Amino acid sequence: MTTTTPVLAGEATAEPTPRTAAGRVRKRLNSRTATIVSIIIALIWTVPTFGLLLSSFRPEDDIKQTGWWTFFSNPQLTFQNYNDVLFGRSSSSGQLANYFVNSLVITIPSVLFPIAFAALAAYALSWINFRGRDWLYIAVFALQIVPLQMALVPLLSFFSRGVSLGGITLLPPWDLDNEGKFIQVWFAHTCFALPFAVFLLHNFISQLPGELMEAARVDGAGHSKIFRSVVLPLITPALASLAIFQFLWVWNDLLVALIFAGGGRETAPLTVRLAELAGTRGGEWQRLTAGAFVSIVIPLIVFLSLQRYFVRGLLTGSVKG
Amino acid sequence: MAVSSRPRQALVLATTLALALSAAACSSDDGGDSGSASSPECAAYDAYTGNDGTTVSIYASIRDAEADLLEESWKQFEECSGITIKYEGSGEFEAQLPVRVDGGNAPDIAFIPQPGLLKRFADAGKLKEASAETKTMAEANYAKEWLDYATVGGKFYGAPMGSNVKSFVWYSPKLFAEKGWKVPQTWDEMMQLSDTIAGAGIKPWCAGIESGDATGWPATDWIEDVMLRDQGAEVYDQWVDHSIPFNDPKVVSAVDRVGKILKDSKYVNGGFGDVKSITTTSFQEAGTPILENKCAMYRMASFYANQWPEGTKVAEDGDTFAFYLPPVDPAKGKPVLGGGEFTVAFADRPEVQKVQTYLASGEAANNRAKLGNWVSANKKLEVSNVENPIDKLAVEILQDQSAVFRFDGSDLMPAAVGAGTFWKGMVEWINGKSTSEVLDQIEGSWPK
Repeated sequence: MTTTTPVLAGEATAEPTPRTAAGRVRKRLNSRTATIVSIIIALIWTVPTFGLLLSSFRPEDDIKQTGWWTFFSNPQLTFQNYNDVLFGRSSSSGQLANYFVNSLVITIPSVLFPIAFAALAAYALSWINFRGRDWLYIAVFALQIVPLQMALVPLLSFFSRGVSLGGITLLPPWDLDNEGKFIQVWFAHTCFALPFAVFLLHNFISQLPGELMEAARVDGAGHSKIFRSVVLPLITPALASLAIFQFLWVWNDLLVALIFAGGGRETAPLTVRLAELAGTRGGEWQRLTAGAFVSIVIPLIVFLSLQRYFVRGLLTGSVKG
Repeated sequence: MAVSSRPRQALVLATTLALALSAAACSSDDGGDSGSASSPECAAYDAYTGNDGTTVSIYASIRDAEADLLEESWKQFEECSGITIKYEGSGEFEAQLPVRVDGGNAPDIAFIPQPGLLKRFADAGKLKEASAETKTMAEANYAKEWLDYATVGGKFYGAPMGSNVKSFVWYSPKLFAEKGWKVPQTWDEMMQLSDTIAGAGIKPWCAGIESGDATGWPATDWIEDVMLRDQGAEVYDQWVDHSIPFNDPKVVSAVDRVGKILKDSKYVNGGFGDVKSITTTSFQEAGTPILENKCAMYRMASFYANQWPEGTKVAEDGDTFAFYLPPVDPAKGKPVLGGGEFTVAFADRPEVQKVQTYLASGEAANNRAKLGNWVSANKKLEVSNVENPIDKLAVEILQDQSAVFRFDGSDLMPAAVGAGTFWKGMVEWINGKSTSEVLDQIEGSWPK
């Protein structure tokens, strides 16, 4: 009985005869062998990361002379690398604790600003009727094509020289210094993220049923009320997936930070610091293993805690978009 | 209803992040400034006073431990002059500097290690001409051939600072003493020694030219060093400024002379394998077989002293040391290949010029040298202030009257060649392409 029932039940709950090719593929992917294969792939994929983790606890000489697998025959662990990298006093050893804070200060506003602006813009572009709306949307959409590398020098010049046309100063230079440079980085990241963010959120918001908006309007709600009480709760998965995207992008960004934040102690994020950790001639890479793990921690927390939204947001997008 | 609990969760998350942000914003550091002191130690810095409370930013490729020492070396200058120096070192210096300059965000002073890049900025009108004081100071302390590299169109832009000597061959004094080998004084002696060593069952040479994006540069140094010896300084200059083509028979002769060592499996690659292993061995690791007596000689610049594993004694009677790469014809003087960085300014505020002048001075060189691991061509640099033996040897070579100094050629050539096809060509050359084929290819890539 116990051997037959589950089989029957399984067949009953699963689609009995998958009609489409996709259905058949799906059924095959749910089989036990597929699960085992995917577990094996996952394990193989994790091995390098695991090796990195192990290396970060091994003494400098060991790292430089042998591979991480020798740990199993000669187990020697140390916290020295992490100590150096996080709390070292000289500029040659990490001081990552300091740069870690810089990274947070850069990343959080750079995630919140574009999402806030993009949500408002996407709502306006989908539910407020005004002349030229579609052209505006196409223009925003098209901006995604422009590579951000092209904007680096003009934007930097915009900050340091201001804008002037024919000798008339339209905007004065910003003249930001030290901690003020954070503003440049936020500004830059927000600019670069907006086209994609608007595009993504527009896809979600424009697919919301029009009856909802009408019902709210009948009840006397204005645009701001509709946006806050109807739209925002419904697009949370999209906001979360966008937030993850943007968070990972900003956290791992080196180029924008290098140019707009500079390499100084006050503003440089972790990525900039990590790039320098290997030493002038690139020989000090025992610090890199520990440094890499310090920089992974936050994205890992963010990803794991928002992961549900991420998958859902992607799926919703694929079905609706 | 399942939906409504999630925004709340997201809200909690957002609040936590916001809290973390505000906590971070509170922890800004305090900037302490000190006034100038007129104590006796400051007597040497009298010329630099008068700009109390100003800040000068310096941007360079020197970072890590060496940057620590550099900052320490000008501490007293800062205290006495009241000028604060804000130093920033970056591994992306060469790529970042043009972006910053074009974006109007140039540093006050940059240490540029490539005269080619310096010339580019000077031609574009971005650099400020050095002040009369800086020029006088530089002329008093550095040889003319050094200053020429920082002079573009008759204008002098900045003095050199640190330098390194590349014409060195690392070896193991212990092994040499044990086997009764002598440090060669001429090229022929060196080749005979190579045969002797090969006869003793040890690979005489090791080499490695892997260096990430810059793979190939150690081989270009080899070629340049031998070019100076095989053809002399004048032909070298013509080759570098392209008045003779890159595939000239004279260049072919020099490259083939290197090939007799690097492309002969009888001589290379001690501790790593055959000739092809040269391209996959990193230059940092390439010398280490010397300590295990698996290889006898490794041609690499003086800064390689920092690459030996901790506890290695770098001295004439130690585990490892270097000898001067011998000339082909000693009668023609001692050719020296080297490099160094130039302190150029993008601003002409008085405090910037004062820092620039200070960096050209003997005090700056001696202050930095006392802290160790540093070499400069500054004539005021006292050899007694240089601590480790290899740096001493380098300073002696730089100050030697019979030395014919030439700057690393690949830093003088246009970047498309000096930091591009020349590097790549060398990799292909080691991997088996013929000398003429590789040189033709590099010649074809020279910007018209």
